[in-house]
Amino acid sequence: MPEMTYRDALNLALKEEMRRDPMVVTWGEDVALYEGSFKVTRGLLAEFGEKRVLDTPISENTIVGVAVGAAMAGLRPVAELMTVNFALLAMDQIINHMSKIRYMFAGQTHLPMVIRAPGGGGSQLGAQHSQSLETFFMHAPGIHVAVPATPADAKGLLKAAIRDENPVMFLEHELLYNSKGEVPEDPEFVIPFGKCDVKREGKDVTIVAYSRMTVLALQAASELEKEGISCEVVDLRTLSPLDADTFVVSAAKTGRAVVVEECWRTCGLGAEIASRIYENCFDKLLAPVERVSGLNVPMPYSRKLEKLCIPQVGTIVAAVKKVMNEKY
Amino acid sequence: MDTKLRSILPDHELIRLYEQMVLCREFEEACAEQYTKGNITGFLHLYSGQEAVAAGATHALHGDDYVISAYREHPQAIVRGADPRRVMAELFGKATGICKGKGGSMHLFDPNLHFMGGYAIVGGQFPIATGLAFAARYRREERIVACFFGDGAVNQGTFHEGLNWARLWELPVLYVCENNFYGIGTEVHRSSALADIHKRTCGYDIPSERVDGMDVMAVYQAVKHAAEWVREHSRPYLIEAITYRFRGHSMSDPGKYRASAEVELWKERDPIPNFAKRLLGEGIAGQPLLDKVRETAAAQVAEAVKFAEESPWPDDDEVFNDVYV
Repeated sequence: MPEMTYRDALNLALKEEMRRDPMVVTWGEDVALYEGSFKVTRGLLAEFGEKRVLDTPISENTIVGVAVGAAMAGLRPVAELMTVNFALLAMDQIINHMSKIRYMFAGQTHLPMVIRAPGGGGSQLGAQHSQSLETFFMHAPGIHVAVPATPADAKGLLKAAIRDENPVMFLEHELLYNSKGEVPEDPEFVIPFGKCDVKREGKDVTIVAYSRMTVLALQAASELEKEGISCEVVDLRTLSPLDADTFVVSAAKTGRAVVVEECWRTCGLGAEIASRIYENCFDKLLAPVERVSGLNVPMPYSRKLEKLCIPQVGTIVAAVKKVMNEKY
Repeated sequence: MDTKLRSILPDHELIRLYEQMVLCREFEEACAEQYTKGNITGFLHLYSGQEAVAAGATHALHGDDYVISAYREHPQAIVRGADPRRVMAELFGKATGICKGKGGSMHLFDPNLHFMGGYAIVGGQFPIATGLAFAARYRREERIVACFFGDGAVNQGTFHEGLNWARLWELPVLYVCENNFYGIGTEVHRSSALADIHKRTCGYDIPSERVDGMDVMAVYQAVKHAAEWVREHSRPYLIEAITYRFRGHSMSDPGKYRASAEVELWKERDPIPNFAKRLLGEGIAGQPLLDKVRETAAAQVAEAVKFAEESPWPDDDEVFNDVYV
C-alpha cells in the first residue's frame, strides 16, 4: 500500500470520483487556478478543465446554494468552503435549505452533494479562523457529517461522501493535511458512513474521538500503555450517522469512557456521546464519563494561550488517569 | 406596438390566461375562508391581486423550464399545472397533499412540473436558481430558470451574490421581481435606497426592464421576449413587474400601514376584470363564457376543498420518512 499525505489522499479521492462520474463537479474560492488554499484540488483544473473545476466569487452562502440547485438538477457537486469558519456565512443554505429540502418536499428530490471544509485550531490563526464547528452540523437532521482522522479514512470517506445520495458536510482538519499513512490504491475503496473504527483495542478505558483528536488519543494510548493502562480508541469517522452501538459496546466492555472533542464543551458532541453511553450502559460503568474539550472561549492568538484551549495528549492522559482512579 | 390581444395570442390561449387568473383568485379566496374556519393553519400568504404575473409569466415559459419561487406561491404552482386539489390538501396538512402535508403553504414542490419549490427564507431561492441554471447549462439543456421573488428580497445578500454569479458564469436565469411595494409593512421606499428595482442590475451588467404587473398581456410579452433572450444568450435578465397584493402580507396582517384609498385605487386596476373587459371589447369572449369560466373555477376550488377535507391525515410513521435517502 502506498504511503501518502491526508491532502494527497483527498486529492486522489476527488480525481478518482471525477474520472468515474462526469456529473461530479467542484467549485469554491481559489480551487481551480490557485489549486486550493490547502492544495487539496491540485491538478484538478489541468485534468478536468474549467467546465468541471470552477473558481467562485467570495460568496459562501451562494457557493453552497449553487450546489443545492445543481444537485437537485442531477449533478453531484463537491463545493469547497475555504475554511469551516466561512460556513457560518452559508448557514442559511446549509441549515434552512440543504438539510431540509428533501424532507419538506416529501422525498420528491434529493441532494447528492458534498461541502468540503477545512477547520480546527492549532495554527495561531486567531479567534475567527480556528473554530471547530462540527457540532453545529451534527445537530441538524438531514445532513451527514464526516470527520476523517487518517489519510486512508480521508480517501475512503470522501469517496463515500461523493457517492452518497444525501448532502454531506465533509470536515477536514487543517493540521492533518501533512500527516502520512498507508492508503489503499483500489478505486473502489470506499468507507461506509455510520461505522466507527476501533483504531486500537484495549481493556481498561474507552477513548472516543474523531478527526485530529483521534490522532492525539492514539498517542495518549501509547503513553498510557507504558504505565500499564490499556486504552481502546474508538474513532467516530462520521458524526452523522452516529454509530453509537460501537462506542457503547466498547464502554460497556471497559467500564470507563473518555470523550475527546476539539469543539467547545458546552453542548458539544462529547455531551451527546456521554449521554448515549449513560442511556445504554449505565450499569456497566465503573466511573463517570469524562470529557476532554476545547475551552469555552474564543480562540486566543498567543501560542501559549492557544495550547490551553485545544485538547493535548497530556490532557487526554490526565483524563484517562482520572477515570481509572474514580469509582461510583 | 399592436396592442390588440389577437395580434399577440390566439383566442384559446387568451381565454386560458383568463381561466388561470380566475382559478387562482378563487383558490386564494377559498384559502382565506378555510383559514378562518381553522382548516388551514400556520402562515398563509395570499396572492390575490398579483395573478397577472404568475399567469402571464408562466405562459411565456417552456414546459421544461425550471420555476422557483418564494412563499406566496400557490398560484405559481397552479398555473404551472399543479392539481388544485393536491395543493389545497397540502394546505390542510393532509397525506394527499403535493408534499404529503410535510411542506405546507410555503413549500410547494413538483419535479414533474419542474416547479422547484417555494422557499420561506427571503432570498433563499437565488443561490438555488443559480445552481439549477448551472446544471442545465452543464448538461447542455435548452431550459432556463425563472426565479420569482418579491421586492423585499432584493436587499438580501443572496440577490446580489446571485446576480453577480449568474452574469459571471453566464447562466440562463430570468429573474422576475414581483414588486408589490411592501415587504410585510415596510414600503419599498423605506427599505431600498434605489426603489426602482430593475435599475439595480446595472452594477452586474444585466439587462432589465419594468413592466405593468397588473396587465397579463404586458407580463406575457415581456417575459416571452426576455426568456427567449436568456435562452439564446445564456445570460441573466431581470423583469420588475409592478403589482399589488389586495390582502395583507399574511392572514395575520390587518394591513394598517396602507391607506384604504390606496388599496381601492389598486383594486380598480384588478388584472382580472380589466382583462375581461378587453376580451369582451375585442369580441374574444362573451359575458356568458366569462361567467362560465368563473363558475367552473369556483366548482373546481370547491372540489379541491372537499378533496382536502375528505383526505386522510398522514400516518404517524411518515414523520421519519424523507429525512435521508
